[in-house]
Amino acid sequence: MAHIQLNDLRKSYAGQEVIHGITMDISNGEFVVIVGPSGCGKSTLLRMVAGLEGISAGTISIGDRVVNDLEPRERDIAMVFQNYALYPHMSVRENMAYGLKIAKMPVAEIDARVAKAATMLELEPYLDRKPRALSGGQRQRVAMGRALVREPAAFLLDEPLSNLDAKLRVQMRLQIKELHQRTGQTTLYVTHDQVEAMTLADRLIVMNKGVAEQIATPHEVYTNPASEFVAGFIGSPAMNIFTVRAEAGVAVLPGGQRLPLPGLPASGEVRLGLRPEDMVLVEAGTPAIPVVLKSVEWLGADAFGYGVIEGSEVLMTLRLPGNTVAKRGDRLHVAAAEGRIHLFSPATGKRL
Amino acid sequence: MDNGTHSPLAARGAARTIAHLWMILGVIIVAFPVYYVFIASTHSVQTILRPPLPLLPGAEGYENYRAAFSGEIDRIGGVSLWRLLGNTTLIAVGIAVGKIVISMASAYAIVFFKFPFRMACFWLIFITLMLPVEVRIQPTYKVMVDLGLIDTYAGLILPLIASATATLLFRQFFMTIPDELLEAARVDGAGPWRFFKDILWPLSLTNVAAIFVIQFIYGWTQYLWPLLVTNSNEMNTIVIALKKMVSFADADTPWNLVMVTSVLAILPPILVVVLMQRWFVKGLVETEK
Repeated sequence: MAHIQLNDLRKSYAGQEVIHGITMDISNGEFVVIVGPSGCGKSTLLRMVAGLEGISAGTISIGDRVVNDLEPRERDIAMVFQNYALYPHMSVRENMAYGLKIAKMPVAEIDARVAKAATMLELEPYLDRKPRALSGGQRQRVAMGRALVREPAAFLLDEPLSNLDAKLRVQMRLQIKELHQRTGQTTLYVTHDQVEAMTLADRLIVMNKGVAEQIATPHEVYTNPASEFVAGFIGSPAMNIFTVRAEAGVAVLPGGQRLPLPGLPASGEVRLGLRPEDMVLVEAGTPAIPVVLKSVEWLGADAFGYGVIEGSEVLMTLRLPGNTVAKRGDRLHVAAAEGRIHLFSPATGKRL
Repeated sequence: MDNGTHSPLAARGAARTIAHLWMILGVIIVAFPVYYVFIASTHSVQTILRPPLPLLPGAEGYENYRAAFSGEIDRIGGVSLWRLLGNTTLIAVGIAVGKIVISMASAYAIVFFKFPFRMACFWLIFITLMLPVEVRIQPTYKVMVDLGLIDTYAGLILPLIASATATLLFRQFFMTIPDELLEAARVDGAGPWRFFKDILWPLSLTNVAAIFVIQFIYGWTQYLWPLLVTNSNEMNTIVIALKKMVSFADADTPWNLVMVTSVLAILPPILVVVLMQRWFVKGLVETEK
């Protein structure tokens, strides 16, 4: 167990920088999820920590050791790969024991650790099977077991659940959460799935194009997204974001309507973000956004209304109560709940 | 099959019979000369020279084989049958093992290590495919003379070891190994040697078996190079000895012993194929790793 420090970490391929300086302190036992769309550099970042990718600039320390120039095996880490990368010719037991065997650990100790991990992951009946005789979920657990037995300073997981079906993914997510609570291992977890990110993380790194857009707790990321990218990426359905013109404390909507909003700059354009679930229906006559519904999807407990702001082409998604009677063509007046308004700079995308 | 007529495949019954007949015919055509050699090895010279040759084994079989093993070949060719079989086995195994060692090592380097001129090395190996032994035989012979390797096993084996074909086969196989497997091994603490020994080698076994079989037969049937590089009868391979036993005049050739030697020359490659057949086929068809 150890804390990890990333200090202005950069990575370039052939002069092209793909990771643009990431700085972060991960404390001992913390579960940090790196999340972002594909190609944002999240896997590269994890692989740099693992030592599978070189570091172009900056430093990584695990514990109090700078590990920049250390081989993966010297970094005291364990990794779980997306496709599990189990050794196909070795039994489950041998797969888990392999790293320990190389480390020349006494056989009795290896057996004890493998047995312990197998119990924890409910793998005892399969210890003598080859990976090809296991289901996807079991293989995933073997990959976890192989990492667990090492008792490393840090766990690195690279999209460990993305090869599983939806139901198994939920199960394994809970199991990973429980394992972390039980072992208290410092963990870095890469995913593109925001549900995994939100449910597992103590803190999130939301990445976009090689930049850490925000490093914060899931709650903070959701309620106070640091940039328009984060606001649009986290939350489902995605936040409604559109440009309004500020005029003396009043926002001029795309349809020409005027809506008083707190926190607006004196003038100029600004990006306004409103989450579908933060919108409330109000009486006609009060200041509101008029939305003309194009379609309504009823999901049981909730319904989602998709429409446009009246007089414009700007799309709006609204979360409506399950008992709504709204239908296509209806005109709804909605306003943002108190304190749930997000304003971003159109130039930098940063939160205002 | 009786129940075949009642199965949904019954309609294909006739087609199946024809297909089988064709295959049986093919087998007969291919196997007949070999069978004939075996038949001839069980008859006396007189019977062989007086056509037509019988289609059934004769009574001289035991006598022919006993004579061949107990010095009759020695008397004709100046070297015992055992020695010939031993020489050929040594050379064939030497070539097969040597090729596997060299080509695995070079394929391993080309696929898993980044070094300058890696692709140049690969293409150099690839280009040698276009230079069969016959083309480079003179310079090779000169080198062997200079090194004093004429009439030695090293001289027989070494020039035939370098193999672009096997290197390419191993390269193709190594490239199907997922990167993550290598990375997992690195995280587990395996260095290059351990990765090779613990992971790559066990996964390559079926390929190794296939290449061993192919190269063993290649080594066993070598003719030109052993002919050039050996002068003494002691170093002959069975194929060379066979050639030497056949003289121009039909009547001077001990055909019964030639046939015995032929059978013994065919037998080991067949044995190797049969014994390694399961692995051999697996190595050739296996794609899923």
